[in-house]
Amino acid sequence: MSAILPPSERLWWKQPIDKVEWAWIAIAFVWGMIMFAMMIYWHIYGKQNLSNEAYKTTPELFAAKAEKFIAENTIRTETERNIPVVKVPAGGDGYLIARLWDWYPILELEKGQTYKIHLSSLDYNHGFSLQPVNINIQVIPGYEHVVKMTPTKEGTYAIVCNEYCGIGHHSMLGRIYVK
Amino acid sequence: MATTYRTCPVSGLQFEDQAEKLMRWNAVAGVLWLLVGGITALLVILTRWPAIKLLPADQFYLILTAHGIDMLILWILFFEMAVLYFASSTLLRCRLATPKIAWLGFWLMVVGGIMTNVAIFQGESSVMFTSYVPMQAAWHFYLGIILVAVGALLGTAVFFGTLVVAKRDKTYQGSLPLVTFGALTAAIIATFTILAGAGILVPTFFWSIGLIKEIDAQLYRMVWWGLGHSSQQINVAAHVSVWYLTAAVIFGAKPLSEKVSRFAFLLYILFLQLASAHHLLSDPGMSAEWKVLNTSYFMYFAVMASMIHGFTVPGAIEAAQRRKGYTNGLFEWLRKAPWGNPVFSGMFISLVSFGFLGGISGVVLGTEQINMLMHNTFYVPGHFHTTVVTGTTLAFMAITYLLVPVLFRREMILPKLCQIQPYLFGISMSVLGLVMMGAGTLGVSRRHWDMAFSGAPFQYEWPGAAYLMMGLTGIFGVIAVIGGGLWILLVVGSLLFGKKLDGGKVSDKPTPIPAATQAASAVAHGSDHVGVPGTVVLALLLFVSFVLYYFVNWKYLSEVWLLS
Repeated sequence: MSAILPPSERLWWKQPIDKVEWAWIAIAFVWGMIMFAMMIYWHIYGKQNLSNEAYKTTPELFAAKAEKFIAENTIRTETERNIPVVKVPAGGDGYLIARLWDWYPILELEKGQTYKIHLSSLDYNHGFSLQPVNINIQVIPGYEHVVKMTPTKEGTYAIVCNEYCGIGHHSMLGRIYVK
Repeated sequence: MATTYRTCPVSGLQFEDQAEKLMRWNAVAGVLWLLVGGITALLVILTRWPAIKLLPADQFYLILTAHGIDMLILWILFFEMAVLYFASSTLLRCRLATPKIAWLGFWLMVVGGIMTNVAIFQGESSVMFTSYVPMQAAWHFYLGIILVAVGALLGTAVFFGTLVVAKRDKTYQGSLPLVTFGALTAAIIATFTILAGAGILVPTFFWSIGLIKEIDAQLYRMVWWGLGHSSQQINVAAHVSVWYLTAAVIFGAKPLSEKVSRFAFLLYILFLQLASAHHLLSDPGMSAEWKVLNTSYFMYFAVMASMIHGFTVPGAIEAAQRRKGYTNGLFEWLRKAPWGNPVFSGMFISLVSFGFLGGISGVVLGTEQINMLMHNTFYVPGHFHTTVVTGTTLAFMAITYLLVPVLFRREMILPKLCQIQPYLFGISMSVLGLVMMGAGTLGVSRRHWDMAFSGAPFQYEWPGAAYLMMGLTGIFGVIAVIGGGLWILLVVGSLLFGKKLDGGKVSDKPTPIPAATQAASAVAHGSDHVGVPGTVVLALLLFVSFVLYYFVNWKYLSEVWLLS
């Protein structure tokens, strides 16, 4: 009868399925498989895949590694807060601290070079949102995420925090230079 | 326990006394939470509208937390309890199992909801709906949600019990009606969703009172999304059931195939929980293989289920209309549909908006690599305002136009405004979702107070188009709030001032659903087949939009920095 009554045909599971319905189910199934294949294809041939490399860490450990990196590679400081600008060695490792409410330090990269950027948070969850490129990565305390990045264009880029992290969330803005 | 059964003279639906009271109280509680959620929505919108920026930062985050909790948990869960009691006791024409436990569940939800809101409005719990650790809320924030969850679990248990009562008392023959079957899937999903929620919120509560020292931030995210996303799947199963219900009530539509529709509901149960993984696609703690497996095999089977419902619901309507003689061309069945009836118009806008906007954007957002373009941007709330609002909320609003006369025995007041409301709310909310997604595509963050980054050591100027999108978000958001407010006014106004309707015959015994006669089933089985070419065209249109939009996003992705 209708969808609010028990099926009028007691043996409803023996009713044949209409051709059109079968066709739509087949389309939906095949499309699902294509979307599945697409992600794998991109892992093999695509150039934008999120890194699998991550380690458990602690805020103290990560901060110590980052401070060492900053001490060795700082080229100048900027703004009245004297935020260090750190040139990441080409092909080398760079560290970026997320904390209330800074991205620290400022990184300087070169176009076309590949860098291993280590991301972690010292307190809450933060969101690495590179603008205007629009790459967004979750940054979680206790986890060190090593993301290989290759900038494709010169310019000054902003890192917006896009995971809510408290009252100063909106002022958490970082910077990356690409020369 | 003695109880009575009332047969509604308009609809023929039979309401058991206890179930009827519970449905009313749950529905009214839901509407009150929607009112709170709506007021907070307006404040959120007026703050994110760059030209107005109403609230200071601390109040904005407080209000945004309340908006998420009151809408996503309280409004929807209370209404869903009413849907569960309706789909069991009313559709199966039996008494409600253990009404006392159902009342206990109701009051637990009320107390829990108030407790969490008190915690939020005291100002120490602005942690957002997701409450990611290690950001800590007050202890009663978590305890309130736990009480709501326990209450909902009790309601779900009463639903299961009622199915048993109906079976034992033989109030129906054969299989469950499709709508009840859909509600059953919603209840099963609710059960494991709530257990996942207990698995994370109970330890978090202990952590907030100092009994547990630390909760791993990544682990929290993983288990929490077993609650956070799966609860949206309860909504999907519930609102798809409401679509079938509407099609049945308005058109007498029967499913194209019971087998296909039920199979699609079954897929929801099997695959949706795992699809929660798509919230973790940009997280460090999981491997790419884990992400791809969970979001593809598992999510795409659930997507397939939604695509099937997206076909069979309008297909059932088309078939019913064609049987009535609306057979001209591809779309006479749709043109001649009762567009002036808000039950139908609301349901159909819900179907289209959920499919074209919410569904497509959800799958694209849930693609492992593409997620990096959108994760935590304004795209995300854009997406879920076209699933949980134009999908679930609008479907619930539409069915309420039916429930007010049959359940509350009141005529709707101001019928002209009732006709307009689904269009006003549905269309403005759909556009709102679209412009939010537009802003997100340009990178604008969600849950962010200030696009100008005041107090930051640097400047970043968003593209002009992003400001345009946020301005449109403000305008359409305000219209949507007006549309939602109008619905609350109409419903509450009708409950208070609507013309009282005859309740119908009351009996102390239920009248069972008459068994389908041999003749009727012969008709159903015989040369009854009707083609649904119009639905095929609509479905193909959806498919083409889907494919195009999916690949456009791969194109966007190929243009960003190289990542590996």
